[in-house]
Amino acid sequence: MGLESEIPILTTSVEKMVQWARRSSIWPVTFGLACCAIEMMAMSCSRYDIARFGAEVFRGSPRQSDLMIVAGRLSRKMAPALRRIYDQMPEPKWVISMGACASIGGVFDNYALVQGVDQIVPVDVYVPGCPPRPESLIYGIVQLQRKIALQKLA
Amino acid sequence: MDPSTIIASLQDAVPGAQFERAASVDLHATVYVSRDDVHAAALALRDRPDLAFDLLAEVTAVDVWPREPRFELVYILVSIANRRRLRLKVRLHGTDPHVATVCDVWPAANWLEREVWDLFGIAFDGHPDPRRLLMPEDWEGFPLRKDYPVQIHMTPRSSAALQVTAEEFRANVMKDRLTRS
Repeated sequence: MGLESEIPILTTSVEKMVQWARRSSIWPVTFGLACCAIEMMAMSCSRYDIARFGAEVFRGSPRQSDLMIVAGRLSRKMAPALRRIYDQMPEPKWVISMGACASIGGVFDNYALVQGVDQIVPVDVYVPGCPPRPESLIYGIVQLQRKIALQKLA
Repeated sequence: MDPSTIIASLQDAVPGAQFERAASVDLHATVYVSRDDVHAAALALRDRPDLAFDLLAEVTAVDVWPREPRFELVYILVSIANRRRLRLKVRLHGTDPHVATVCDVWPAANWLEREVWDLFGIAFDGHPDPRRLLMPEDWEGFPLRKDYPVQIHMTPRSSAALQVTAEEFRANVMKDRLTRS
């Protein structure tokens, strides 16, 4: 980026600007599966306040979302529904796997649960914890922002 | 109410049926009934004024595999008028576990029996809607049976994105509008 001395104009490349726009307003889809969703809600509320990082606008429709936070354990019965919501999100889209259950099945190593949501949707950031504290999830979102900042357009 | 009083009353209402009292550690009476008499006993339990068990609180089952008879079906009944509870139990063999439905006696039995079918594989003859309740509808096996594996490693089922052409999309929208109007 360069700054012209007299005229209030910033010059940049299209790629840098798109990366900046994408990472600065990540809109997550309102989608919680289990107790991790409680921490996700805490993250979006005033005490932790993800608005500081521009990702506070939880959308009720996958059509308006960029990010899916898989918050909780995913049952095999729920898996097709999760995939459908992911498919309904417009590109570009990202996925955060929140907590031990979403990442590897957690303590529920049994017949009913999917052992890691990366079998269903491609995951960008894994957040460890059971459940992760809101700070951990904020860190995960910041990591995702870094990742978006490095994504090439073509 | 003493279980023997309940049994005497039931015996009077359903002659020829086999009832058996069972030990219980709490104060709720527990009565065994044979499989063929469940429906008649249920009607008598609901309709006789001295019994009047008008609420079916729970239907569940116990699997004591590998012993036989393997299953114990448990109906937990509540009499609101008489302020008492009853545990009605049925022993079922593992080879072909089935029993008559009590949906026509207590409508609450509908989902409860579906849950027992889903998780234990006990069939309810004459059930109006004998589908699975909790597991996916195409699931194989009955997870709460003792011989069912805890961990199964298989690829989870997912859904594929619906791909339609522009004409199909328009046709779907028109069909939707027609069915709504």
